[in-house]
Amino acid sequence: MSAMVLLAGLGVPALGAAGIAAAHRTPNLREGVTLATAAALFACVLSLLPGVLAGERPRLTLFEVLPGLDLTLAVEPLGMLFALVASGLWIVNSLYSIGYMRGNGEAHQTRFYVCFALALFAAIGIAFAGNVFTLFVFYELLTLITYPLVVHHGDDKARKGGRVYLGVLIGTSVMFLLPALVFTWHLAGTTDFRAGGILPAGLSDATVVGLLALYMFGIGKAALMPFHRWLPAAMVAPTPVSALLHAVAVVKAGVFSVLKVAVFVFGPEMLAGQTAWLAGIAGFTIVAASVVALSADNLKRRLAYSTVSQLSYVILAVAVLAPLSLVGAALHVAAHALGKITLFFAAGAIYTAAHKTEISQLDGIGRRMPWTMGAFAVGTLSMIGLPPAAGFVSKWFMVSGAMAGEHWLALGVIAASTLLNAAYFLPIVWRAFFRPLSAEAAAHPHGEAPLPSVIALTLTAAGTIAFFLWPDVPLALARQMLGAA
Amino acid sequence: MSLAPHLPALQVVLPLLTAPAAVLLRSGGAAFLLVTAAAWGAFAISLGLWQQTAGGEVISYAIGNWPPPWGIELRVDRLSAFVLVLVAGMAAVVLPYCRQSIEREIPRDQHYLFYAMFALCLTGLLGITITGDAFNIFVFLEISSLATYVLIALGRDRRALVAAYQYLIVGTIGATFIVIGIGLLYLTTGTLNLADIGTRLPQVSGERPVLAALAFLTVGICLKLALFPLHQWLPNAYTFAPSAVTAFLAATATKVSVYVLLRFYFSVFGESLVFDRLPLPGIMLLLSLAAMFVASAVAAFQDDLKRLLAYSSVAQIGYITLGLSFDSQSGLTATIVHLFNHGLTKGALFMLAGCLVAVAGGSGLARLAGIGRAMPVTAFGIVLGGLSLIGVPGTVGFVSKWYLVLAALEKGQWWLVMAIVGSSLLAVVYVWRFVEIAWFREPPAGLPADRRLPLSLQAPAWLLVAATVYFGLDASFTVGSAAAAAEQLLGMTR
Repeated sequence: MSAMVLLAGLGVPALGAAGIAAAHRTPNLREGVTLATAAALFACVLSLLPGVLAGERPRLTLFEVLPGLDLTLAVEPLGMLFALVASGLWIVNSLYSIGYMRGNGEAHQTRFYVCFALALFAAIGIAFAGNVFTLFVFYELLTLITYPLVVHHGDDKARKGGRVYLGVLIGTSVMFLLPALVFTWHLAGTTDFRAGGILPAGLSDATVVGLLALYMFGIGKAALMPFHRWLPAAMVAPTPVSALLHAVAVVKAGVFSVLKVAVFVFGPEMLAGQTAWLAGIAGFTIVAASVVALSADNLKRRLAYSTVSQLSYVILAVAVLAPLSLVGAALHVAAHALGKITLFFAAGAIYTAAHKTEISQLDGIGRRMPWTMGAFAVGTLSMIGLPPAAGFVSKWFMVSGAMAGEHWLALGVIAASTLLNAAYFLPIVWRAFFRPLSAEAAAHPHGEAPLPSVIALTLTAAGTIAFFLWPDVPLALARQMLGAA
Repeated sequence: MSLAPHLPALQVVLPLLTAPAAVLLRSGGAAFLLVTAAAWGAFAISLGLWQQTAGGEVISYAIGNWPPPWGIELRVDRLSAFVLVLVAGMAAVVLPYCRQSIEREIPRDQHYLFYAMFALCLTGLLGITITGDAFNIFVFLEISSLATYVLIALGRDRRALVAAYQYLIVGTIGATFIVIGIGLLYLTTGTLNLADIGTRLPQVSGERPVLAALAFLTVGICLKLALFPLHQWLPNAYTFAPSAVTAFLAATATKVSVYVLLRFYFSVFGESLVFDRLPLPGIMLLLSLAAMFVASAVAAFQDDLKRLLAYSSVAQIGYITLGLSFDSQSGLTATIVHLFNHGLTKGALFMLAGCLVAVAGGSGLARLAGIGRAMPVTAFGIVLGGLSLIGVPGTVGFVSKWYLVLAALEKGQWWLVMAIVGSSLLAVVYVWRFVEIAWFREPPAGLPADRRLPLSLQAPAWLLVAATVYFGLDASFTVGSAAAAAEQLLGMTR
């Protein structure tokens, strides 16, 4: 039964994409199909939740490509969490997209919604991948299917952004992830995700470190430096794309894959003592990306570098390897998603209502767009890791883990980055609410963004706070992942 | 009387007989029906032969009941059956496409000749694959080559004549080398039957003529299979030949040459002679790498879609010969599976390119600007084929790459792993060059308003695109056949 639901998780967005394409003549119907598909997908994923919490692990092999290499779907707690976040936020994002795409009079809206549904198809495939091979297939699919979304505007800027996007993501996955996959198969004879890892014991340190490096840099979607450039480049896309894909589905697919590989291919035992270099690179990425964010005046660019930095929190937590850190890492996948999508929604709302893209233009905008900037403030709290926002919960666990593991480098990095986060986010809030309107802005009156967009960003801001108040389900899933390991 | 025992003979005779019949009919339509029917018949026969040999049996058929080694023997094992399926299958798919395609590219009064030549070309390729006789290989090679020269020369661009002439010169040199090699083998062993030569060679005293034969054959065959840097004839031939001809040749002709190389190496000379006595693996490895990188890089600078794809073919042939240079089960599996997989992919790509040519009037990239907006479905098909060239999972290209990387890993050659995956990035570059031209530029004003394509152009092309995806997701037929064939080949000499 639940195996059929698993299949429906892939089937619903795929059929939805076909439905959206078929309804291209009537925009209202088309957006209706999008919303219905998103709701149906979320319902599908949600219906799996009680079983997974109770310890069920549905599994379904679709077909065998080569002997021992099969496309298999399987649900485990971490994948469940990722699928819940991605599909749940897709509903809100669709609502937001309607306001944004119509408010800005964007072209090619049918293509936009079709690609979006297909991107969710790929994201669900990643979440429910039963082995590295399946993960790789959907990972590449996600890259390719998001390309038309990134270059949506079709101009020269989009073309250049698209080149970097595709170049880095395909480049890293083909150069590093594919050899890692084949090497894993060569060593273990399987690529299944199993508790405790699948690699045979007795591998030399060089092999373990080499393979881990291939995976960590090969999963370019996790944006570990120096392979992070694609993420700022992807900001040429319309904001709903940046919001759901480049703050949630795509980047979370990256860190999700990192976690999966670390926990279920290597296993914490094998990695013990082998990850100091990874902690160093992740720590550097966190701090360096924050510094770049500090100097970026373009709002989406600042958010993008903030994402690069936040993604490496997860990688740092993996490198620390303490059980509490891993729980924190899993929670951060969800917590950061809620906060960052809110921030992007706000950036898009500002663009739609006021046509402003630079932070220096935002003086006094909080009084004209109180809902938007209020939500933005909540997202900011979450990024810094302050209560009552989601980011606090995950950071709490990551800090506890680093303390338990006596990992002073990690602690230092987290502390420094918290300060940096405050330094580049709080001034925006301050500007919006406490600085007077500029003369230029005063001459162009505007109000809030279209209603669907405002509803969407209010919902995600509320979700960010709700995550802080009731973290039970994500926490249970994160703990179960560890229990299984 | 049952036909089953005579399938090997029918495999060649059926298309052979349709060639003169097509000329006698003097009607394009009738010739089309006849040759297409023969191609489908040949396809059915090849599947029958594949089934009969799948268990590892070797079918030996004595022509005219003259037992080998005195008479000519047709010999079918797993490898030849697999290649027969590819060649006959591609002919069966390309022929329905030919009708509408040559309607636009070749004067109508030459149509029946086109089909006659096509039938001869098919006969030659099938004959090379099925025969167990060295001299017979040469004869069929000449039949297919001569037919190919004519087919290429039929292209509507006048440069097709030069391309055909160039190929004729190079092809003749190659054939001469091959026949010299065969002659040397005949001198030293006194027999022309491949299996017989294989058993007699170890007893030959004096290695020199044998090594000379090996060298002549290697160079001659590599000319025909367009191994870098002997590929000069290929880009022009593929660019200026009629679209249907390019699709068929790209999918089969070089692949059959690879088959001949494998046959001589493993069934005649034997692994130890080829791989231990001469520095062939090293040379092969170097040339393959050069092909993968140089030809891919050159492809990225072409301003004609068909020429771009042609250079990509040279690069992909590099993958095929790279697998061979590993001299291992996985490497050989990669070679055999990629010759099939690449045949499918390139067949699909050239047929889709032909569809674009049918509307845009040419394959120059300048003409194809914005074609992705004007003809989204066909252009999307080309992107799918391009993904297979890159080796994206879910396409056949991935399966090939998997075995190549695995073979390199088994040898512990990490730098080769990096070279293999690195060269696929060059494929990204040339595929995306097409994507950017097709979608990011405005369509030219000269495009006809009616851009609908007849079903007979679209259906065969998309059938192959579907096959590229299907065999990428379920590789049991392709990899199963290739691995079994590799095992049989290696078993012959070990």
